[in-house]
Amino acid sequence: MKDPRSFKSWLIVLIVIHTVVACAGFFAPYDPIEQDRKNPYVPPMRLHLVDAQGYFHMRPIVYPLKLREGSFDEYEEDRAQPEPLKFFVSGARYRLLGFLPSRLHLFGVEGSRIYLLGSDAYGRDQFSRLLFGGQVSLLAGLLGAGMTLIIGLCIGAIAGYYGGWRDDVLMRVAELFLALPWLYLLFALRAFLPLAVNPLQAFFLIVVVIGAVAWARPARLIRAVVLSAKERDFVRAARGFGATDLYLLRRHILPEAMSVLLTQAAMLIPQYVLAEMTLSFLGLGVPEPVPSWGNLLSSLQQYSVLVSYWWMYLPALAMVPFFLGYLGLASALQERREAYKIERRSLGSLM
Amino acid sequence: MNCRRAKSVCCRLGFALFLPLFAFLAQSAAARPQQQTAKEELLALPGEVGHPGGRLVVALRGEPKTLNPLIAADTRSREVIGVMQADLIHIDRATQLTEPALAKSWKISSDGLTYTLVLRQGIKFSDGQPLDAEDVLFTFRVYLDENVHAPQRDLLIIGGKPILVRKQDAETVVFQLAKTYAVGERLFDGLAVLPKHLLEKPYQEGKLGQIGTLTTAANLWAGLGPFRMKEYVAGQRLVLERNPYYWKTDAKGNRLPYLDELVFLFVPNADAQVLKFQSGETDVISQLGAENFSVLSRQPHGYSMTDSGPGLEYNFLFFNLNDAGEKTPPEMQRKQKWFRELQFRQAVSAAVDREAIVRLVYQGRGVPLWGPVTPADRRWINSSIGHPARSVARARALLKEAGFSWTGGASGDSALIDADGKPVEFSILTSSSNADRGKMATLIQDDLKQLGMHVQVVPLEFRSLLERVTQSKEYDACVLGLVGFDTDANADLDMFLSTGGTHFWNPSQAHPATAWEAEIDRLMEQQLAEPSYEHRKKIYDRVQEILAENQPMIFLASPDILVGAKNVIGNFHPAVLEPYILWNVEQLYRKSAPESAAR
Repeated sequence: MKDPRSFKSWLIVLIVIHTVVACAGFFAPYDPIEQDRKNPYVPPMRLHLVDAQGYFHMRPIVYPLKLREGSFDEYEEDRAQPEPLKFFVSGARYRLLGFLPSRLHLFGVEGSRIYLLGSDAYGRDQFSRLLFGGQVSLLAGLLGAGMTLIIGLCIGAIAGYYGGWRDDVLMRVAELFLALPWLYLLFALRAFLPLAVNPLQAFFLIVVVIGAVAWARPARLIRAVVLSAKERDFVRAARGFGATDLYLLRRHILPEAMSVLLTQAAMLIPQYVLAEMTLSFLGLGVPEPVPSWGNLLSSLQQYSVLVSYWWMYLPALAMVPFFLGYLGLASALQERREAYKIERRSLGSLM
Repeated sequence: MNCRRAKSVCCRLGFALFLPLFAFLAQSAAARPQQQTAKEELLALPGEVGHPGGRLVVALRGEPKTLNPLIAADTRSREVIGVMQADLIHIDRATQLTEPALAKSWKISSDGLTYTLVLRQGIKFSDGQPLDAEDVLFTFRVYLDENVHAPQRDLLIIGGKPILVRKQDAETVVFQLAKTYAVGERLFDGLAVLPKHLLEKPYQEGKLGQIGTLTTAANLWAGLGPFRMKEYVAGQRLVLERNPYYWKTDAKGNRLPYLDELVFLFVPNADAQVLKFQSGETDVISQLGAENFSVLSRQPHGYSMTDSGPGLEYNFLFFNLNDAGEKTPPEMQRKQKWFRELQFRQAVSAAVDREAIVRLVYQGRGVPLWGPVTPADRRWINSSIGHPARSVARARALLKEAGFSWTGGASGDSALIDADGKPVEFSILTSSSNADRGKMATLIQDDLKQLGMHVQVVPLEFRSLLERVTQSKEYDACVLGLVGFDTDANADLDMFLSTGGTHFWNPSQAHPATAWEAEIDRLMEQQLAEPSYEHRKKIYDRVQEILAENQPMIFLASPDILVGAKNVIGNFHPAVLEPYILWNVEQLYRKSAPESAAR
């Protein structure tokens, strides 16, 4: 194994990201759909350690922004009223992890609002929206990938293990699914649904569609693993002793596929998050005002936003560590698998 | 830095490319017909005297479907036709009053039934053929022919009878109306006079619909407007050239238009139009959104941006008040019970933050509205209609009166329930291609959340939205906008009348569904036959009051007319009426000749 630490470090990055997103209510200072109509398109606020008079503060301070006279979107710092950054403040109500009611937020300021990543057209806090949006996007990715892998596992195992006409039929269907233009399929599907879909329905629709459409590739991979595994000596031996099909699959064959499955998961999750973002970007995802990463980026479709408000790109940048984390994990897993294979092969030749 | 260099290279390239063209243009300018014979009665326009030459490039949202006024129904076609054709009496877009056009003078009989128009003598179509009374007779015969299906036909049926047109002598035409028509001579604005010598044969053969397309040969099509067809490149551009026979001159007697060419580039979306204008590919830009306007205003190089103040567009929210009777699904029946409740609609109106719409959607470049008549229409707006400030408390009081209540008391995030205990939830349709209205809907959604209403915003492609609103009627509520084409009480007749197609909340009714709709119908019919402005204004004020009382539409806001033009364009005077910038295209000119060559 090249570097066992890389696997762990990627895992830690991902755990941190997922924890922050899962506890978005605590880490985000505000309710993601609360509009502050006096503050549209506020640029990200600066945290100061040295104030306007040149004094040093242990506790970072922010200056509230006020509109420049006669302008719609040009703000300047109001140097007269420094606001110290407070930790563990009480604010908007939320439910931690979806069930624990709380009002505690990691940070905030009193008297005005703090916009770490700026605000959008309605004065909603981009930072809070990024964290809450992650809940929708990540959950869609995780659930979708889970669904794909379960379907892929079942179909791949059946096709690989039983072979024959079952294999033929299942693999032709898989090829059909691979060839489907799934984006257009989604458009078509959306057209058949009732006009107003509430955010929860829309969310599950996305998950089901993403999950159900893309099972073909993992299914083919699993089939290949099963195909080679079922011819192994120990599997033949077990069958010779009268083991049932189910026992063989569960005990000897599918464990072989485990590492493929994990690598697949690490690759599929970011792909599905991206799929959710694409759908929301095109207006097919969860509806406004619920944030998701795709919704956050969809305002960039407008030329005026593109050239005027650079902080609207920040959510895209913030998503980079997430995707890097998963891709890093996937390659670390891949390496482990290769290393494991080599180890076993050399072991086998020794015996 | 790099970018700038690239641009200067482009400019130089452009210069090289256009040099031969400029030489050609200069030649054609020299060949202009100078025989301004004595009997040619030209119209001299006041205003700044420019100098001839050059071309103007304008972006168009897409290809015009036709150049034939008899079949044109889309705005793009009408915009192009506007510069190729002329009418008998014209509404001056700047003063909003009528002015002589092809008719040099007119008389209206004291009973308001007979209009006598005297035609300008000696003027010619763009192919050099003279205009006479026969052309006018032919034009109106065609417009009124049922088999032609001209969109103008409805305008010419007054009091249920078509206008009778007859020729008094070679230069005088008499129009006989069956009933007094309050609009008066404004009626003639936009009715293009067609060339009989070209259209008679196709008309006899029933082939009028096939002529005047973009590919019709230039010698088979002519008009009386300042420009005529030159070249059409499918999917790219339409090039018009100066009509050498145009019947207007400037104050010094130079024949208009000044420009040699008018080019329409087909640019499909608003953002692309902004980019083209910014890079100098187009000379003027109109129908700008506030956000793009501020982008362009930030660092204007070589162009200037103008906020001409409020236009005639009004945006509104309306509920589905159609009555499908037995066939209505129970879900819809339940919702319509709320929508039909006057206090429900008043509460929604009281809760909508119009100031926020103007500030956040139009960046302050617009006005809040409480009626369909915008402040741009100074002659007709009823200024006594109240402008109640936003009040959530009043909205809640109204809902309470109407029998609504809240789960868990009237606190912050409780849900509104109706008398049967059902939560108040509905969806608002918006057009997915209109970002402004989408934003309005999102703001309204948040406003109504404060009343405990659960609202969903559904962006829909514009055509399927219209289909739902006017045909299938499967929707709860919708945000839409209309643009009045003229400052007159009649401009939006179709919206006011219960039989109208844009009477959106309940279109094309056989009988008015409510007493107040019947009242509006009656008043609008009444003002139509009323010649005096004061009386009409009084009636129209009452109509606006009835609308404000009954809130079938909850009026939101009106955007300013935002335009821009290169500094080299002279006589640029944007108007708040359509066409916002090309209305005086014959007077537009390029200030310095060398620059026009460089383009």
